[in-house]
Amino acid sequence: MVQYLIKTNKFKEFFQLLFGHPMGFAGLAIIILFLAMAFFAPFLGTQDPAKTGAVENLLMPPSTQFWFGTDDLARDIWSQIIYGSRISLTIGFVAALITVLSGTLVGLVSGYYGKMIDEILMRIVDFFMMLPELPLMIVLAAVLGPSMWNIIMVVSLVSWPTTARVVRSQVLSLRERPFVESSRCIGASNFQLMFAEILPNVIPLMFAQAVLMVTEAIYAEAVLSFLGLGDPTSISWGMMLNHVFVSGVIAESYWWVAPPIISIVALIVSFSLLGTAVSDILEPGYKEKRGF
Amino acid sequence: MEKGLFMALIEVKNLKVYFMTRRGPAKAVDNVGFSIKHNETLGLIGESGCGKTTTAMSIMKFVKPPGQITGGSIRYMGEDIVPMKDEQIRQLRGKEISIVRQEAQNALNPVLTIGKQITEMILEHEPVTRETAFSRAKKQLDMVGISDSRIKSFPHEFSGGMKQRVMVAIATACNPKFLILDEPTTGLDVIVQRQILVMLRNLKKKLSLTAIFISHDLSVVAEICDRVAVMYAGKIMEESDTVSLYSDPLHPYSKALIGAYPSLKGELKQLRSIPGAPPSLINPPPGCRFAPRCELARSICTKEEPEAVMIDGRKVACHMV
Repeated sequence: MVQYLIKTNKFKEFFQLLFGHPMGFAGLAIIILFLAMAFFAPFLGTQDPAKTGAVENLLMPPSTQFWFGTDDLARDIWSQIIYGSRISLTIGFVAALITVLSGTLVGLVSGYYGKMIDEILMRIVDFFMMLPELPLMIVLAAVLGPSMWNIIMVVSLVSWPTTARVVRSQVLSLRERPFVESSRCIGASNFQLMFAEILPNVIPLMFAQAVLMVTEAIYAEAVLSFLGLGDPTSISWGMMLNHVFVSGVIAESYWWVAPPIISIVALIVSFSLLGTAVSDILEPGYKEKRGF
Repeated sequence: MEKGLFMALIEVKNLKVYFMTRRGPAKAVDNVGFSIKHNETLGLIGESGCGKTTTAMSIMKFVKPPGQITGGSIRYMGEDIVPMKDEQIRQLRGKEISIVRQEAQNALNPVLTIGKQITEMILEHEPVTRETAFSRAKKQLDMVGISDSRIKSFPHEFSGGMKQRVMVAIATACNPKFLILDEPTTGLDVIVQRQILVMLRNLKKKLSLTAIFISHDLSVVAEICDRVAVMYAGKIMEESDTVSLYSDPLHPYSKALIGAYPSLKGELKQLRSIPGAPPSLINPPPGCRFAPRCELARSICTKEEPEAVMIDGRKVACHMV
């Protein structure tokens, strides 16, 4: 679909539509803001987020020196928020990528071949879908040890079955379309039918799934870190909440609790908004309704 | 290889394609035989469900379950394709034997440019570079009368007739020797039909194609075919050269079929429909399958199946001729 959008000059049109969509615009604006934050972190009046300060700077409320105040080790909270966005975004995007790619592959093969292969793959998917998500994540994170890559792995492991299911159901319908049969009639191989004919038709679906998976991954990272299963050496928003909670000053230090919560919520909401907008726009007839 | 020139390109003998239904096998194609020489076009006509498409598709061994080829042989250049393995037959499809299917409207991938679709087709069968394939795709489009500036267009940007042209461009991209045309003009208006037919005729000459042309439109078949086979309920009733078939049909079914079709020339006469409906293919009537609807049927017709006999180079399966 990306190719479809670019080649027909629909790429421009797509973004025009996205900007015209209030939810899409808001979502995109917030995401770009966070991306800029992560990218330009060193230039945003920050210091090393892990650097502990002098004793007299412990738990300082917001001031001109510490914009968002400090935590119980006198670390700058503003810097922690800025650098924390890098972790949330990385985990979100990488986990979404892995999830969508593996889920699509399984769904494509399963839906295309059907029969025995479908049965086997779908029973595996069922198995992963039936596992209670949160306990599994907790157990895996505990066993594998705390690190960002383990969190990505754990999140991918529990969320690929959803994509596989969605893609499979679409492929089941696509493989019966006349264009697939005509390609087979003129000698297309199974590989070509799957990847050259059917796959381009499920790309919009992959987009929608990817946006959903980003929010899931960000959320999962926050949950795991809050529960103390994140990487203690990295500074993420979930880890900050964990520190607040452990430190026992959660009731007094609003400046420490509020920023990570607001950041997590804002980022998740922005991706949800974007997801809604994209699925609106890809719906047939939307363009005409907007007078394009 | 060269001996192929002297024998029939396609030779079908006693072909049986049965659909295994719960109520027993439906004999969609039963003991069908014909042969097609080089540069010849055979028309296959008959009403819906008489086995035209099934016959044509089995030439590329493309029969979907529950259907299966239960007997007979299909020789392409002397080689039987019925026992061939899937991979072997896939190499033939598109490269040697190609097809233009009905419903071109849906037969193109909606999200790929037509250039890409033609290019992929060439790359799948021939070891050429992408650039070569792309320039050949342009030539293909040119050949079917579409400007090569449209190569990056998507199927929805074309009209029905143009999509059909693109289908022909894809089907002939690898210079196949044999082309199956499965109702290529169905669903198009007469003017576009005409354009497509003229294009196909020119193409046939240019590429020296051998083809089988399936249609229920007698006038279209008359336009393009050298010989015509009339099918009814899974059997070939009559096979003859086009001119004699239309001027002097021998089989009562051919007569009825042609009598049911309006003529532009000659006096206006009442069109006669054929009473009744085609028989069940699961329990076909004994004897001649057309007997229950035939005006000339005698008692022998419902008892014995007529053998095909040759009359002046024409093949007819009827007791009454």
